[in-house]
Amino acid sequence: MSVEDLNPREREGVIHPEVRARSDESERSQDGGRLQHAEAASKPIRAPKVREPQPRGAKTRGDRPINQAEAAERFLAAPLHQAAHDERLWDLRKKRDASAHGIPEWEELRELASQIKTHTLSHLDRYLEQFEAAAKANGVHVHWAKDGADHNRIVLEILRSHGAKTLVKSKSMLTEECGFRHHMAANGIEVIETDLGERIQQLDNEEPSHVVAPAVHKTRMDVAEVFAKTLGTDPDNDDAHYLAESQRETTRPYILKADAGMTGCNFAIAETGSVVTCTNEGNADLSGNVPPLQIHSIGIEKIIPKVEHLGVFIRLLSRSALGSPITQYTSHFRAPRKGTEMHMVLVDNGRSERLGMEEFWTSLKCIRCGACMNTCPVYRRSGGLSYGATYSGPIGLIIDPTFNKRKYSTLPFSSTMNGSCTNVCPVKINIHEQIFAWRKVLVEEHQIPALKQGMMKAAGAVLSRPAAYRAAIGAADSALKVLPRFAVYNPLNTWGKKREMPEAPRQTFHAWYKQNRMKDTGR
Amino acid sequence: MSARDAILTGIRRNRPTGDFPLPEVPLFTPLVGDDLVAEFGERLKRMGGRVAEPGTDDVFAGVRERLDAATVIASAVPELTGNRDLRSVRYPQEVEDVDVALVRAVFGIAETGSVLFTEGQLIVNAVAYLAQHLVVLLDPADIVPNVQAAYRRPEFGRSAYAVLHTGPSATADIEGVLIHGAQGVRSLTVLMLPRSA
Repeated sequence: MSVEDLNPREREGVIHPEVRARSDESERSQDGGRLQHAEAASKPIRAPKVREPQPRGAKTRGDRPINQAEAAERFLAAPLHQAAHDERLWDLRKKRDASAHGIPEWEELRELASQIKTHTLSHLDRYLEQFEAAAKANGVHVHWAKDGADHNRIVLEILRSHGAKTLVKSKSMLTEECGFRHHMAANGIEVIETDLGERIQQLDNEEPSHVVAPAVHKTRMDVAEVFAKTLGTDPDNDDAHYLAESQRETTRPYILKADAGMTGCNFAIAETGSVVTCTNEGNADLSGNVPPLQIHSIGIEKIIPKVEHLGVFIRLLSRSALGSPITQYTSHFRAPRKGTEMHMVLVDNGRSERLGMEEFWTSLKCIRCGACMNTCPVYRRSGGLSYGATYSGPIGLIIDPTFNKRKYSTLPFSSTMNGSCTNVCPVKINIHEQIFAWRKVLVEEHQIPALKQGMMKAAGAVLSRPAAYRAAIGAADSALKVLPRFAVYNPLNTWGKKREMPEAPRQTFHAWYKQNRMKDTGR
Repeated sequence: MSARDAILTGIRRNRPTGDFPLPEVPLFTPLVGDDLVAEFGERLKRMGGRVAEPGTDDVFAGVRERLDAATVIASAVPELTGNRDLRSVRYPQEVEDVDVALVRAVFGIAETGSVLFTEGQLIVNAVAYLAQHLVVLLDPADIVPNVQAAYRRPEFGRSAYAVLHTGPSATADIEGVLIHGAQGVRSLTVLMLPRSA
C-alpha cells in the first residue's frame, strides 16, 4: 500500500477505465467474496453503452391532474432505461426476500412494528409532548411547523439569526415535501445535498425518483453527462467510481465551510428526545457533526416511544429496503456538541389531518423503506418521476391524494392491484386496499374523468355483491380468450401495452372449489 | 393559536380511538452461534469491513501497513500515539486531513458486525467521517449477540451522540455499483484487542 492508495486525490489525471486505487476494497470482502451490502446490486447491472436520452418525468401544470400514463409511456419508450431500472429494483426486491427469509422472527417483527406504530399514532399528542420535553431538557431548541411553508420559514429564521448562508444536508423526503431547497434558493441560502443520489438529482434540477435511491432511474451515462456539465468531469468517463469520487471531492469543501447542517429523521424517540438517521454514506453524520449549527427536520409521525422499540425497526428497515441487515450508519443525535446549537423542527404538513381519515390513517406508519416501490410492476416499468409527486409507487398512490386530491386524483389508478406491496410492507400497511378505497373516494367526489368513473361504478357494483363478482370474474377470464387483441390491448388498459395479459385459467378457483370440494362434503 | 397548539389540537380531534396497547418487545433468540467473535467478524466482512488480529510482537501488526502509509494519524486510544492530538482540536474542520483515525468501540453487535461509538470515544465526532480510514479497537468481551440486546444498553439514553458503524461509508447510487468511501471513511478495520486494565 502506498500514500497514493490512501489518497486518490494524488491520482488526478488518471482516467477511464480504472480510476480506483489498486487496493480498492469495494467489490470484494477481506475473504474474497463478492460484497453486496448497502444499495449494491447482487450482480453487475450495466446499461449497454449506447447513449439513450433520459426520459423525463410527468409534466405538472398547477393543480391539473397528473397524467402518469403519459409519462410512463415515455419511460417505456426508452428501453435501455426501462430495462436497467426494472432489473435494478427487482434485484433489490430479491435481496429483500433473501434477507427477510434469513430471520425466523420476520413476521413477528412486522407485527410488532405495526403494533408499535398503531399504538404511538393513537397516542401521538402524548408522545410528541414527551419528545419535546426530553429534547428541551437535552438543551435542544424545539420548533413546531404546521405545514411546509411554516417549516421553511422557521429554518430560514434560524439560519438568518446565525448569519448562516450555506447549508449542507442529508437526504430527507420531508424537506422534498416542503419544497425546502427551492425556498432557500429564493432567499439566498445555498443548499448542498450530500447524498450521492440526491446530489445527482439536485445538479440535474430533478426531484428524487425513489425514496431510498433517488437517481435509480438514471444510467451511469446520464450521471456522467450531468457531472460533466455541472462539476466539469470528463464527459466520456462514465465509470461509477470516477463519478462517485468526483462527487466526494467536490462536496467535501462545502461540508467543511458550511454554516449549518441539516438532516431528516428516520425515527424520533419520545423517551430520550433523540433523532435517529439511517444512512450508508455517513453524510448525515457529516451534516450533523461538522457545521456549528445543526437542524433536524422531523415528520411528527416518526415518533416511537422508547429506545428498545428502535431494535424492531432497525432490523426491518434496511432489510426491507436493500436486503442489507443494517445501514452502514445508524446515528442517534440527542444533544448538541459543546459550543454548538441544535434545533429540531416538528412538522405536521397534513399528518394530523390524515390521522382522522378512517380508511387511510395507517399510511402514517410508513418508514420509507421503498420495498413497495421495488416490488411494484407499474413502478418498475414507469419510473418514479412519472408520478409527478414527492412520493411515488404504491405508498405514493395512497399518500399523495392527501396533499392534493385533484392533482393526484389519477394516481390510485396506476396499480394492477396485485397486492405485492402489502405483502412486503414492513409495518403491514394494507396498501392495495387503500388504493382501492381511494378510487372509490375519488369517484364519489367526482375527481376522476367520466370514462374511468363508469368503469369504477361497474367495479363497485360488482365487488359489493359476491355472486356478481364471481360471475364477472368468470366472464372476464373467458373474455380474455375470445376478445380480439385490440379489445384487450386498448388505450383504456394502459398496463396492457407492454405486457401480455395473463393466460386465463380454464376454471376460476371458486368454480373449481364448488365443483370439487363442495361436492365432496355433500353440499 | 400557536402551531404547537394547532397541531396537538388537530391530533386530539383526529386520533384513532380504540385499544391499541404497546406490545412487549422480546429479546429474540440470537441468530448467531456462541462464538460471538467469529460471528461478528464474519458479518462485518460481509458489510465491507475488515478484521485484524493483534500480532504477538506488535499488536498493530494487522494495520501496520495502513499506519505506515499514513501522513496524519489521529488516535483517540491510549494504545497508540498519533501525530494529531484530538484533545486540542477546537473545530471539527481541523481533522479533515487525517489519513487514519483510531477509536475504541463501546461494544460490537454480532448479528450485524456493527460497532458503537459515542462522543466519549470519538473526542471529535467528525474524525470518524472526515478521516480517510478508520481503525477500531474492540474488546472481544464487549460483543452483544443482537440488535435487540444492543438497544437495552444505556449509552443511547445518555450520550449526546451515539452511532453504530457497520463497515465503511458506502454507496451504490450509480447503477448499483458498490463504492466504499462515499462521503465518509474509505475503509473500516476492527482490531480485536482487549481493553488495557
